[in-house]
Amino acid sequence: MPHWIDACAPGDIDAEDLIRFDHAGATHAIYHGPDGRFYATDGLCSHEHVHLADGLVMEFLIECPKHNGQFDYRTGEAKRAPVCVNLRTYPVRVEAGRVLVELP
Amino acid sequence: MGKRDYSPFGADAQRAVDRGLTAAEWYHTEVPRKVMKDLMTRTDQPAIRDTLILYGVMIACAGIGIALWPSWASLPFWLAYGVLYGSASDSRWHECGHGTAFRTPWMNDVVYQIASFMIMRNPATWRWSHARHHSETYFVGRDPEIAVMRPPDLARVMLNFFGIIDVMKFFPNLIRNALDGPTAEERTFVPESEWGKVRKVARIHLGIYAATLTLALWTHSILPLMVIGLPRMYGAWHHVMTGLLQHGGLADNVIDHRLNSRTVLMNPVSRFIYWNMNYHVEHHMFPMVPYHALPRLHETIKGDLPAPNRSILEGFREMWPAFRRQLAYEDYFIRRDLPASAKPYREDFHQFVPGMMAQASNAAE
Repeated sequence: MPHWIDACAPGDIDAEDLIRFDHAGATHAIYHGPDGRFYATDGLCSHEHVHLADGLVMEFLIECPKHNGQFDYRTGEAKRAPVCVNLRTYPVRVEAGRVLVELP
Repeated sequence: MGKRDYSPFGADAQRAVDRGLTAAEWYHTEVPRKVMKDLMTRTDQPAIRDTLILYGVMIACAGIGIALWPSWASLPFWLAYGVLYGSASDSRWHECGHGTAFRTPWMNDVVYQIASFMIMRNPATWRWSHARHHSETYFVGRDPEIAVMRPPDLARVMLNFFGIIDVMKFFPNLIRNALDGPTAEERTFVPESEWGKVRKVARIHLGIYAATLTLALWTHSILPLMVIGLPRMYGAWHHVMTGLLQHGGLADNVIDHRLNSRTVLMNPVSRFIYWNMNYHVEHHMFPMVPYHALPRLHETIKGDLPAPNRSILEGFREMWPAFRRQLAYEDYFIRRDLPASAKPYREDFHQFVPGMMAQASNAAE
């Protein structure tokens, strides 16, 4: 059953950037979009075992630091080769000054 | 280690998987996130400027070459055009393939397609081969872009300064791709969803070459081929010269780019043609940094890297004797010293690299 997990404070992530968030043996990425909203996806690229947290956020795209594949982190959609498989995304909300992520 | 087996279906490829090399995490220098974000920032302006210069000079050289043809006075213009066509296209293919040269995606895509045609690489296939090259740089049997295998075939290297081996391989492969899509070897790194693209683009390239050849036959002149096709041979020397330096004579089967890649300081003309890929250790460690930011990246992390070679000539003086030693002893490689400020090589990462531990012991004595 999914739970809302306290991930970080909003100020922990610069605008148009992301951080790595590990929980229960899984790794995730939490993004601060240019629209001021927060988003969450799996933390590893779907192409190879690379942490997206070292990558580059450009508007609503996250670029993998190893092969420059890109995803739309709002939907998880793979946007640029060599990534072909979409990322899983997770609901996020900000409550009482904390960023919460709904994780399985 | 016995003789290396570079086949993707061979024993060394399997060994790389079994030993966990293919899943290993590469060493990289620690760079503060804010600094790295600044280095990674994308912009269109430098690549637009360089592309206008490149294509402008190419058009001018080809135009003057055609106007002066068949006089010998046209020769210098063909030599300049050839290097821009047959060598600068290599770096444009590379940078735009990474998607880092321009900020605007379609600009990367357009230049990537043009450059792929000029350098005679199927853009659909080579996008994937290069991804593998970055994941598994110089893993024997796994990296499809190993320029010089061991023991080095120096005759082959010399012929390729004029593109002879590459072009001889390219056309039969182009026809196979046009008929059947990727070859069995290419299917080891190109996903099935892309096989149709491989076939389609091969047919387009084949059509352009057929039209050029027809024009040459019709006009009883090689002039059309001087503009399209042949410059990949008479202008290849610069990209082969700089490309050999990227990894030549260095370690294979390691997971630290300081051991398998080489940074060489170069003159501004070569850096324009090569789009700063002379900062090759830096590029492999941080492939999302655009070419125009590589000199800054070099300044940021050079304290953690072996000293760069100070010129192309110095690089060759280091690399070529290593090739010659590998003729007799193929496990030999150059293990360069790190500065005192650098994190040492992780010997425990590389226990299985032939020659690594022996060289480390010698260095310690």
